[in-house]
Amino acid sequence: MNSSVFFGISTMAYIIAMIIYITYLAFRNRNIGIIATTVTVIGFLSQTMAILMRWKEFYEISGMGILRSVPLTNLYESMIFFVWCLILGYLVIEFRYKNRSFGAFVTPVAGLALAFINISGMSKEIQPLIPALQSNWLLAHVTMSFISYAAFALSFSTGLMYLILKADKKTQATYIFWTFTLGIFITLLLAMAIDFLTFKVAVKPEVFIKSYLFKASFLNSSVTTRIVSWVLTAAIILIIWRFGTTLKTIIERFNISAETLDEITYKSIAIGFPIFTLGGLIFGAIWADQAWGTYWSWDPKETWSLITWFVYAFYLHGRLLRGWRGKGVAIVAVVGFTAVIFTYLGVNLLLSGLHAYGGIE
Amino acid sequence: MNNVCIIWVKIYLAIFLLKEFFKLAQERKAITERIWELLASVKLAIVIFSLISLTAVIGTVLEQRAEPARNILILTRLFGETAAPTVYKIVERLGFTDMYHSWWFTGLLVLFSTNIVICSLDRLPRIWRLIREPIKPIKAEHIETAGIRREVLLKGKPEKLKGAVTGAIKAIGFNYGESKEDKGYQFYCQRGNYTRLGVYITHLSIILILIGVLVGISFGFKGYINLPEGRSYPAVFLQSVPLTPQEEQDRDSILNTLEAFWGNIFRASEQLGIKEEALKEKLKRYGVEPLGFSVRCDDFDVEFYDNSQMPKRYTSWLSVIEDGKEVLKKAIGVNDPLRYKGITFYQSSYGMIPGASGWFILKVTSNTGATEIKRLNFGGSFTIPGTDIEGVIKDFSPALSFDKQGRAITFSEMMINPAVFIEFREGGKQKYSGWIMKRNLLTGRTPEGHEVQFIDLWGVQYTGLQVRRDPGVWIVYLASVTMSLGLLIAFFMNHRKLWVRVVEEKGNTRVYIGAVANKNRAAFERKIDKMIILLRKAEGEDR
Repeated sequence: MNSSVFFGISTMAYIIAMIIYITYLAFRNRNIGIIATTVTVIGFLSQTMAILMRWKEFYEISGMGILRSVPLTNLYESMIFFVWCLILGYLVIEFRYKNRSFGAFVTPVAGLALAFINISGMSKEIQPLIPALQSNWLLAHVTMSFISYAAFALSFSTGLMYLILKADKKTQATYIFWTFTLGIFITLLLAMAIDFLTFKVAVKPEVFIKSYLFKASFLNSSVTTRIVSWVLTAAIILIIWRFGTTLKTIIERFNISAETLDEITYKSIAIGFPIFTLGGLIFGAIWADQAWGTYWSWDPKETWSLITWFVYAFYLHGRLLRGWRGKGVAIVAVVGFTAVIFTYLGVNLLLSGLHAYGGIE
Repeated sequence: MNNVCIIWVKIYLAIFLLKEFFKLAQERKAITERIWELLASVKLAIVIFSLISLTAVIGTVLEQRAEPARNILILTRLFGETAAPTVYKIVERLGFTDMYHSWWFTGLLVLFSTNIVICSLDRLPRIWRLIREPIKPIKAEHIETAGIRREVLLKGKPEKLKGAVTGAIKAIGFNYGESKEDKGYQFYCQRGNYTRLGVYITHLSIILILIGVLVGISFGFKGYINLPEGRSYPAVFLQSVPLTPQEEQDRDSILNTLEAFWGNIFRASEQLGIKEEALKEKLKRYGVEPLGFSVRCDDFDVEFYDNSQMPKRYTSWLSVIEDGKEVLKKAIGVNDPLRYKGITFYQSSYGMIPGASGWFILKVTSNTGATEIKRLNFGGSFTIPGTDIEGVIKDFSPALSFDKQGRAITFSEMMINPAVFIEFREGGKQKYSGWIMKRNLLTGRTPEGHEVQFIDLWGVQYTGLQVRRDPGVWIVYLASVTMSLGLLIAFFMNHRKLWVRVVEEKGNTRVYIGAVANKNRAAFERKIDKMIILLRKAEGEDR
């Protein structure tokens, strides 16, 4: 048995859990809920096992210290860890708030992300570390960064749900904001799925983004396809805008109040922000100081994590202002997570810099 | 009469001026107050957060301090070919091509720190009073307005239950004060009043970081040297300054003198016949920072992971030389720098020295076990100890590979797979020949069992060192610690107040609990509920 068997088990478990959670939402049967949680926990434990096994495999191959063999050195491993943190965060919320409704949303994200990582041909090989990454700071810096990313991801989803619950009229700015944001997210995911189906390629994500991303839609050589893509984007946003109230009714059935959502958003950020400051910014700066001789050099990764930090500082301070409380800061929480995504993926894939060891040399 | 008039006018004028002055002074006060309020406001903080974030986004899209052509290329992709040059002109004029050093970004940072300082000065006195204020008993009706309220009816008189109540208060971690009421008692306590400072500790550590940065910029330097293997150097380059050939000559002669004294500035200035300060000043103008000692690169090496081109380790063997003596030797690598007298040397790059020939270092072992180390030039020859076999270095490749036909090719300029081609002769007759790779020991074995190991081609590579002195870095580290502490307090600790009234009610006792927490109310509520469980338990035991 190697780690990929356990990754397979957890992928399956999350997808099965999703189905059970949806059934639970429909019937509200306590026993079904318990089964859903059990399956999620099984998936989580199996994923934990897989990560530990990969750690051991890496340790045996690299011949470096156990702290320097953390399986967190490429996109594949970091995304798996991100999913792990997300499920952990969800389970904590489920126990703390005694509410299983989120499960129907979090488990599909986790299951699909793992499946996507699997089929996208992301390099699964255990790669040895380049000299810059050979440091004991790796463990603290990367794990803490991803724990905070997962906390921010949770705040994004609860923030978005809060906005959905709070917006009543279709002409309201809040309503337009959340339908637009959701529309863009769905469009981007669809466009990427179309890319996969059209080109049927299994290459490194860096190569995929450089040469295939959106080439089947927005960046297609034919003008007609490009126009159709944009029209479809508008259509998707319009459809979500038109039927957004249905989504609101679904969320209202969760038995979760807007105030609780606001509280979870705040708590996730209140946990994510200090961890991000310490693990992401401070430990990152100390490591850069040890390795490159500058604790801050304004390279794109550093700058983007600072931008993320400022956006969440905005959220925390915005809560102190009357006009921003509630919907205002929820919008900031949603925007904040787009900054997180860009810090995590965008910088490595689109911009250059010292940190872009994940990119093309 | 006239005089009286003039006096009156004077008095009137004086009163008028005084009045105007006061009015003006009052308005002034209003203006300064308004400015103060603005600078202390959370609103301004939010505006600054947004401005820094938005401008920083542009700063990451454009390449900073890059050749114009690179940014024009980026802009062409975004705005099309026709608009790109105009857009470039605009962004360059606005300072976006080197924005983190532009006056307006510095201005934003100054405004940011002003905001933090003034906001803290504005709020701290009030918060401090709140912290130092001892908790007092409150009126019965005020307990009703507390954020958390509980009520329990217990059997027994207040005098009997007092111990149970104080025990429960202690059990959830409070030290209480006590006061007598006409029908019972009141207990009052608070915890974590100092945690209100967490926010300010966080804020002030940001200021401390900025101070550390300023100290580093003012009293430190950041430079680089490309140090060839075997060379030593007494100074580093801060930035490339355009110099005339004459100045360049002057600089080089100063550096040569400095090197002759192993970096000792005083002795070099004596030799050159100028003052020490003048010498330093001159070097500064040339963009050079003297180290005060010399640093030598004894060797540089890149190790690769087996059978791959992925670097495993960069190592520079450095020596620090002062007054002709080696005072420190260290093999540095990435993440493992050399520190000496406040100056730190980081492994940052490497490369080939153009036109250098270097020395081939071979370890030759005969099949009887006799070993010799050989240092040879290109074309040089050696004999295997105890034999008549002579080897001649005929060719060299920094990155040897073989194509499909088996022909030797060099696939890179860098030393990725260095190899020497050696021809062996015996008694003037060619015996055998072949490539010996540094990374593959087996390639150096001859049919008779002699071994020729290619240790290194020494003297053709340089190590690129980033050199820094930063007296402010400790302030930044200290600030990091205080910031973590501040965040920990601000987010995970809170100020809790608790009032408990124990009042007699028809021979029994009613306990009123009122509590407030400035953060994380739910956790405090759980504590209070635990307290109630304890009270009920005590009541049960009593009966």
